[in-house]
Amino acid sequence: METETLLLNMGPVHPSTHGVLRFKLRMDGEIIRDCQIVVGYLHRGTEKFGEMKTYLQFIPYTDRLDYIAAMPNNYAYVKAVEELAGIEVPQRAEYIRVLVMELNRIVNHLVFMGSLLLDLGASTMIMYGFRERENALQLYESLCGARMTFNYIRPGGVREDLPDGFIPKLNEFIKDMEKRIVDYEELVNGNEIFLMRTKNIGVISAEEAINYGMTGPSMRGSGVDHDIRKLEPYSIYQDLDFRACMRREGDSYARYLVRVDEMRESLHILKQIVDTLPEGKTINQRYSFAPNTGAPSAVTSYFPRIFTPPEGEVYSRIEAPKGELGFFVASDGTTKPYRVKIRSPSFCNLVALPKMVVGLKIPDLIAAFGTIDIVLGDVDR
Amino acid sequence: MWTGDTMITNPNAYDLIVAILNAIGVYNIILGFFQAQGMEYVLRIIIVLVEVVVVVVFALVTVMFLSWLERKMFAVVQSRYGPMVTGPRGLFQPIADGIKLLGKEDIIPATADRWIFTLAPFIVFVSVLLVFIPLPFGESLILSDLRVGLLYIIAISAITPVSILLAGWASNNKYSLMGAIRAVAQDISYTIPLAITAIAVVVFVGSLSTVDIVNAQQGYWFGVIPKWFIFLQPLGFILFLIACIAEMGRIPFDFQESEQELVAGFFTEYSGMKFAMFFLAEYAHLFAVSGIIVTIFLGGWTGPAIPLIPIQITSLVYFVIKTYAVIFFAMWLRDTVPRVRIDQLLYLGWKIMIPLALLNLLFAAFVVTAGVI
Repeated sequence: METETLLLNMGPVHPSTHGVLRFKLRMDGEIIRDCQIVVGYLHRGTEKFGEMKTYLQFIPYTDRLDYIAAMPNNYAYVKAVEELAGIEVPQRAEYIRVLVMELNRIVNHLVFMGSLLLDLGASTMIMYGFRERENALQLYESLCGARMTFNYIRPGGVREDLPDGFIPKLNEFIKDMEKRIVDYEELVNGNEIFLMRTKNIGVISAEEAINYGMTGPSMRGSGVDHDIRKLEPYSIYQDLDFRACMRREGDSYARYLVRVDEMRESLHILKQIVDTLPEGKTINQRYSFAPNTGAPSAVTSYFPRIFTPPEGEVYSRIEAPKGELGFFVASDGTTKPYRVKIRSPSFCNLVALPKMVVGLKIPDLIAAFGTIDIVLGDVDR
Repeated sequence: MWTGDTMITNPNAYDLIVAILNAIGVYNIILGFFQAQGMEYVLRIIIVLVEVVVVVVFALVTVMFLSWLERKMFAVVQSRYGPMVTGPRGLFQPIADGIKLLGKEDIIPATADRWIFTLAPFIVFVSVLLVFIPLPFGESLILSDLRVGLLYIIAISAITPVSILLAGWASNNKYSLMGAIRAVAQDISYTIPLAITAIAVVVFVGSLSTVDIVNAQQGYWFGVIPKWFIFLQPLGFILFLIACIAEMGRIPFDFQESEQELVAGFFTEYSGMKFAMFFLAEYAHLFAVSGIIVTIFLGGWTGPAIPLIPIQITSLVYFVIKTYAVIFFAMWLRDTVPRVRIDQLLYLGWKIMIPLALLNLLFAAFVVTAGVI
């Protein structure tokens, strides 16, 4: 019997491509013979904006990269600028930065769990995930007025000190989450169908993961112990007690479990920060634009608007929830960067997808793709 | 109802209407009027039409209620409110949805096969409605007690994949086609264990008539355990339930749609009333199949008699309660579990369920031959 392959164009508008991503699939019945990823539908030229805006003006643009977890984007860029200009950061500001970033890691993984389960057809988890996420977003709202696009972290510190009642509410959130994670594990991990759908699906070996440049939880699911918080401790991570979660199997289920474990670790970090949060300034006075009294102020920026770092270039990377997020910033001694290059985790992890799914079926593509955990704003930039 | 078969002795809805008319003393007057004209058959046709209208209206109301119930249950499980605005607790939401769908533009894709594209949703809906004919809603509340009732139900259910394939093929869309192919593969693999487990029950009853099956389940063992086939055939019940959920195409077996993979499966291209037809058929099918499960395994309309209330009413209440219990289970399942993969589903159907169903049939045959029951 004569058969032919079917060219299936999945996306850019499709329920489970998490935005405007397109797969060009060559299908043999249900089996994927070839998978090409087409990106660029959400390209906004963020890197070019980096050259056109001053150092301070560019911070809000970084929020729009990985909009699920925007705080690490803020931080990664600010960290690069700080290294470029050699700005000292007060200890309290560093603690607050790690606090908001780890909280964002939990938010990101909640959305990850929800959307993965939704992609697999179980629509309840996403509502549970969003319910807990809402509590975290309200914390952010009380902190900086925004729920997703924060523009909170500044060179030399953070924009505002923690508001009154933030720490008690955070404690409540931590307590609640610890119970919820157990619930989620009961709902998801023990589900035979979930195991059938994710075990041995989208397997990628440690070597391949390294070759494809994967990072973050997606790579640690393959048994590569690569966590920038451990390898090149930045901020206050060397003082904190946590472990880089890792699994050896390299399949979708392993990548899922790594993220559940990471939520636990993040909660652990949050608890340590709450216990040891030092008093003091939240922004470097030398770069202050207005006196930092700690009280809410009409002036949102304490950083000089016209700011000229010395000539030079720096690449700085952090462990964002989705993987290694790097900013390359080159300065030519003017008020605007000469070049900003963003190394986004979603893009680099996504590249490994065809390797995972060729020979599998469409439902497996969804299961493997869901566990890579991408955000299209981060892929296209 | 006139079935062309004079051997049926179980009373059906036709007899019930005649009995009611007799009770209020008008039947003979009406009959006399029609006999004077020499048109007795017109009266028969009118009574049958009344039955049909009652069943269709019942089906439509049930569908509306079920779609509301589904959304509401989904919401409760997910700690949401669900529909709240239209009517008390959003009860009129299905009506609002229906009006919205009526007002939608009826789009037929340029490359679609117009005739088949238009025909397919109606075939689905009609084939589901036809299942209601031999479904015993209560004592003598049955449209027609066919002697081959169970065979009829399984045969009519087998029409659905044909119409899904028509819909998927006529849409001329790759997602629709894949959804349709999946649906057909699934329906074929699950109709077989469905039929075999049903046969195991038939072995006990010795009749394919749904009323006979229900009657065989009346009474109690040891005075407490009702003589339902679920206790005699626990394995058969589980297999039948799984096969029915697969047949209905609900999560975890909703391959005809597989929203996250195939957009909307075979009805991707449908809009407006044609979409509503698929929607109605889906929920009517849910009720019909749950009714069949109740009839075969959960004692149908049997239950303790309540004095002073006519058995027709109590039996209807028992039937509806049991059916909604099964529906509740199906909805609960949908809220909780992910979808299995199509090859895993076929594996389950062919390599696990069919051998188990055959084993179950063997067991039933042994029990009956040995005369234990």
